[in-house]
Amino acid sequence: MAASMSNVEEIRSRVILGEYSITNVHTSDYPGNYPGYDDTWDMQKFQKNFRIDIVHLDESSMEFDMVGIDAAIANAFRRILLAEVPTMAIEKVFIYNNTSIVQDEVLAHRLGLVPIKADPRLFEYRSAGEESAEEEGSEIDTIQLQLKIKCRRNPRASKDSADPRELYLNHMVYSRDITWVPIGNQADVFADAVIGPVHDDILIAQLRPGQELDVIMHCVKGVGKDHAKFSPVATASYRLLPDITLLEPVEGEKAERLKRCFSRGVIDIQDVDGKKVAKVVNSRLDTCSREFLRHDDLKNAVKLGRLRDHFIFTVESTGILPPDVLVTEAIKVLMVKCQRFLNKLDSTDLE
Amino acid sequence: MAGEGENKPVLEMVQADGADEGCVTFVLHDEDHTLGNSVRYMIMKTVDVDFCGYTITHPSESKINFRIQTRGGIPATEPLRRGLNELNDVCQHVLNTFQARVNEFKESQGQPME
Repeated sequence: MAASMSNVEEIRSRVILGEYSITNVHTSDYPGNYPGYDDTWDMQKFQKNFRIDIVHLDESSMEFDMVGIDAAIANAFRRILLAEVPTMAIEKVFIYNNTSIVQDEVLAHRLGLVPIKADPRLFEYRSAGEESAEEEGSEIDTIQLQLKIKCRRNPRASKDSADPRELYLNHMVYSRDITWVPIGNQADVFADAVIGPVHDDILIAQLRPGQELDVIMHCVKGVGKDHAKFSPVATASYRLLPDITLLEPVEGEKAERLKRCFSRGVIDIQDVDGKKVAKVVNSRLDTCSREFLRHDDLKNAVKLGRLRDHFIFTVESTGILPPDVLVTEAIKVLMVKCQRFLNKLDSTDLE
Repeated sequence: MAGEGENKPVLEMVQADGADEGCVTFVLHDEDHTLGNSVRYMIMKTVDVDFCGYTITHPSESKINFRIQTRGGIPATEPLRRGLNELNDVCQHVLNTFQARVNEFKESQGQPME
């Protein structure tokens, strides 16, 4: 009985990575599934077990552990980070002159992908229906940018030079050449915020003497599910914490071999009564390569799994907003979704 | 059920003829796995729910069919409302915890960000 109870505990808490299969993949702790367990939703229990640990945080990326939550909800946060946290991106490009070899549509696409440093929370979505009527856009929903640049010969270049960097001026068009043209009161409202490309060294086009670019761009607020250029993250992902159990003592040469089967730092060799004994010290570092399964004498000594409710999130921002702000925004987006349907349920008697 | 003058429905309720109000398919417009799967999880955690699941009708349609079947004649709107409320509370708790930890982390790093 005790053995089967511990087996149930394993099924509930771990995804098992076996030699030929991955088992216990799905969440199964629903009411009625396990006799003797009360699996009905309990907010107190959730609040007691839930925790977040920040591992790393800087301006562009962060790593944190989210423990004690179901994959359904953790995955919702991840999906929202990728596709539903809004940002500002170039949506319309008005090309007044483009004599470069980059075609208009290619240029427009390249410009669209440039991350624009502007706080999307301070802007509104542009209303979709009346697009033709409202071509201009207003100060609350649009950022206007300009790129006006012309390539010339460098009069000071030496006669026998063949280096384009010396021969020409402005022959490389970078994102730093994009300038912000405030609309309405934007110059006052965003006086202390610098609106423009996040990175100033993104190559947009190459020119030769006489070629020029003259474009006006309109940035609007949007979400990643509409177009990937609106996605606020370079990547947002999670992995489950690996869990490595040694089922029997692994000693001597086998211990050395076992250590080499895992990523560096996962297994440590300790000296116990003059014998080398393998011990798991940091399973977090493992990549779950399952190399040990190739060794017949090791494969039955190790049980490899992942903790079902321990998510190691990695969020890399594009630089528009800091990663911790992105995560808080993502959580808020999910709350807004709930509210939207709750309001609908309350406002109408569904018939 | 969408009210008059509303061109974009948010939530619809589909019931088979003669079915009781415990067996309902809700149509959630403009939603996908993000809300669908997390609400499904919260609703499946309720005892009175016999079945809860959702489908995405077609990749080019941005709506999901969200099916709830309850036990004991409870109207299906009840677990839906409860699930949404609970998910909202969960999010609130995650948000509070996250912000507290981030502040702690920034203080421990001794570098005021932003």
